[in-house]
Amino acid sequence: MKFAVVVFPGSNCDIDMYHAISDELGEEVEYVWHDADCLDEFDAILLPGGFSYGDYLRSGAIARFSNVMKAIKKAADDGKPILGVCNGFQILLEAGLLPGAMRRNNKLTFICRPVKLRVENNETMFTSQYERGEIITIPIAHGEGNYYCDEQTLQQLIANNQIVFRYEGENPNGSLHNIAGIVNEKGNVLGMMPHPERAVHELLGGADGLKLFQSIVTYWRDAHVVTT
Amino acid sequence: MSLLLEPSPAIIKEQKLYREMGLTDEEFAMVERILGRSPNYTETGIFSVMWSEHCSYKNSKPVLKKFPTEGKHVLQGPGEGAGIVDIGDGLAVAFKIESHNHPSAIEPYQGAATGVGGIIRDVFSMGARPIALLNSLRFGELTSPRVKYLFERVVAGIAGYGNCVGIPTVGGEVQFDAVYEGNPLVNAMCVGLIRHEDIQKGIASGVGNTVMYVGAKTGRDGIHGATFASEELTEQSEQKRPAVQVGDPFMEKLLLEACLEVIHSDALVGMQDMGAAGLTSSSAEMASKAGSGIELNLDLVPQRETGMTPYEMMLSESQERMLLVVKKGREQEIADVFAKYGLEAKAIGRVTDDHMLRLYHRGEVVAEIPVDALAKDAPVYHKPSQEPAYYREFQTIQYTPAVDNYEETLLALLSQPTIASKEWVYEQYDYMVRTNTVVAPGSDAAVLRIRGTNKALAMTTDCNSRYVYLDPEVGGKIVIAEAARNIVCSGAQPLAVTDCLNFGNPEKPEIFWQLEKAVEGMSEACRVLETPVISGNVSLYNETNGEAIYPTPIVGMVGIVEHMGHVTTQSFKQPGDFIYVIGEAKQEFGGSELQKWLTGRIFGKAPTIDLHVEAKRQKQLLAAIRAGVVASAHDVSEGGLAVALAECLISAQGLGAHVTIQGDVVSELFSETQSRFVVSVKKEHQQTFEQLVQAACIGEVTNDGTLHVTNGDTCILHVPVETMRNVWKGAIPCLLKSKD
Repeated sequence: MKFAVVVFPGSNCDIDMYHAISDELGEEVEYVWHDADCLDEFDAILLPGGFSYGDYLRSGAIARFSNVMKAIKKAADDGKPILGVCNGFQILLEAGLLPGAMRRNNKLTFICRPVKLRVENNETMFTSQYERGEIITIPIAHGEGNYYCDEQTLQQLIANNQIVFRYEGENPNGSLHNIAGIVNEKGNVLGMMPHPERAVHELLGGADGLKLFQSIVTYWRDAHVVTT
Repeated sequence: MSLLLEPSPAIIKEQKLYREMGLTDEEFAMVERILGRSPNYTETGIFSVMWSEHCSYKNSKPVLKKFPTEGKHVLQGPGEGAGIVDIGDGLAVAFKIESHNHPSAIEPYQGAATGVGGIIRDVFSMGARPIALLNSLRFGELTSPRVKYLFERVVAGIAGYGNCVGIPTVGGEVQFDAVYEGNPLVNAMCVGLIRHEDIQKGIASGVGNTVMYVGAKTGRDGIHGATFASEELTEQSEQKRPAVQVGDPFMEKLLLEACLEVIHSDALVGMQDMGAAGLTSSSAEMASKAGSGIELNLDLVPQRETGMTPYEMMLSESQERMLLVVKKGREQEIADVFAKYGLEAKAIGRVTDDHMLRLYHRGEVVAEIPVDALAKDAPVYHKPSQEPAYYREFQTIQYTPAVDNYEETLLALLSQPTIASKEWVYEQYDYMVRTNTVVAPGSDAAVLRIRGTNKALAMTTDCNSRYVYLDPEVGGKIVIAEAARNIVCSGAQPLAVTDCLNFGNPEKPEIFWQLEKAVEGMSEACRVLETPVISGNVSLYNETNGEAIYPTPIVGMVGIVEHMGHVTTQSFKQPGDFIYVIGEAKQEFGGSELQKWLTGRIFGKAPTIDLHVEAKRQKQLLAAIRAGVVASAHDVSEGGLAVALAECLISAQGLGAHVTIQGDVVSELFSETQSRFVVSVKKEHQQTFEQLVQAACIGEVTNDGTLHVTNGDTCILHVPVETMRNVWKGAIPCLLKSKD
């Protein structure tokens, strides 16, 4: 299986994503520059965290105009797994690949700390290796992670089981309904503020994020067996 | 000021306008001798900024010479962007600390942010990949709205810059004391990793080679801060720009990635950050180091604003700019690398062989100065030094604190902002990005793994300025010793130090004496502990209304963990482990946290230190850690043993400790006697540990969640860890929220 880590000017968790896949998962992975035209050779697309274009405007508001976004939209239409973490999530929101928007943290400061998450939906291609209701610890590191959407969208997210992760216990940023991560209706685009790629080894304080990447590989292997 | 309004050489001399730029009459005469004529306005500006203390170290150079700068691991000592130390496997670590005190006092967010930006460029200009940031901050007491504002905005500025560039801020220290009220200290340190073959230097060699400019355009920011502020001219409606530059971390990130790519091209000859004194210092220093000359066509310098004069361009301190020297004919290769990141690399000049800095503007030569006169031959002064009266008086004072309630005292100490949890600060820093952080902020030193090896780096910043104030020489020794203690407690061998000497006005003999003595103490400790000084910075004139700050020589130290298994933290690990103390408490309370809390001031003698005892204990402890028989290690510092024990427990989960002490209770609990450690050891390792380390077993880790201390049969402390944790964690957020 081959992963792409998309690098925007200002991405800075690209290296973490890359090493999580190559070192901990042992799968093939390549960096893809923001001006790429085609992502057809990849089986899954990862949008890493960082500050694309400095995020001086709304986070992700400029990155969504990058050339590579056309290819990302195509990959999404093709049903490939697309994971956006932190700035990657913000870009997916700005690009309209996921519903809702991000506001500044309610305490107005950047927050970096491990937080507890509840796995609300383990029937996605990103979470099959988790138990439903499982409490996992994954770090957050963001200044704009206060997820918001209108009431109608919220009801849809709930009805379609699109809320994949919620903050357990204290909500660190004021997000609506304690939302930490959501998928699109089709279930192949996941955006989340916490950083699973930072929780892939006990040395780094925990490995609860590993199952997320393993879920993607499992999904791909199963799909691959069926189609061939 | 437009070119037409610039005063002529004759007027500069007659009206002594150079004085307003910081040149003395003697220095101006020197300039005339060097040039064989009177300098024009641009040249006067260039001399004044290059001969400022900040660029030339003219007052501190004789003192700085005392530092030991050589050692078997040192690949690059002071003089380049950063010092470099070998760590084996073909790898090396590059690091440096620098101050941004005055800008931060005026505009705390941008002042702190650009301080971080500058130190990052110093490290990647060497070709090193920045892997970690640390800082050391000093503020007034957290009670006035102004201090709270400075504290909050400095932290936000450090976070805003470092987080965006994507370099983890993994450690630091923050202390509060009234002497820093008007003059906060903001020192930033950057640590980078580099392969030996990638080491770059800021040199302009090879006659005919091309000088290229990359990064942000040059604006009028920072000029006023550097030198000239004439009242008359201000009244002539001059554009007054903020003295503080504005940082653009996104530009920095692009510049960083592009520069680290370009170092692999053999078309690159040299590279240097345009830091203080911008284009002037980078070009003059690069030429001086190479024994060459340099000429620049200022019309080609990318400019943010129209009508900029040579004076403005040469003195601008616009951020995120680098100067490169590139082999002639290969400019396009270099430009292509930068273009990938959306940056323009522009040829603006060439290397010459006549040892001159020559500037062209609109077809005319506008400055012509020997480069060595600006760099290595800048004037050096030996300032008079005098022992201050306070020091003599303090030597006669024997201070003995009176404490009746130990529990109340311990909780009060834990809530002092200098001791209390700094979580409010470090949670605003992304301390994990690049996923190498093995020990996060909050333990003795931060530890980062080195990917692809089984090694790690430990790093810390330290300075107890109260001790340095009481006794600069002893305090100077303690600064180095304490940093090394923190490194050793993390399981690492200390390698080298970088220092930032924050002092008052060196023209006052008493201040110069502090500087001299502190450096002597630090130098001796560096020699005994085998940690040479590989880089550093000096920040003098830290005074408000004639009152100097405490002498604050902050050090950053880096150590090598030879095996990941050696990584050790301060938190107790499991019930049943024995608790040991290395070193005995003496009745030493001068400059202690207890003295400050009880009396509201600092006086008396600093704690004593025997560097050979220190070195022996550090060696023993490190040997025990490497033998795998140490469960946790923590140094005894501010607040003494009681606070150290509390910290070992607060950072653990659900544990307690039962400890027995003997002797003078107040000294045992709260004395800040040096060279001491609290260590926990598994029962099965007791024998091996005791063979390796001279230490006293004082008790054991329990599972009752309480710190229980007895003196003989009498219980003198019985405090739930939860109570201590709440007080310790809540202190700073609570002070920030209070409205007084």
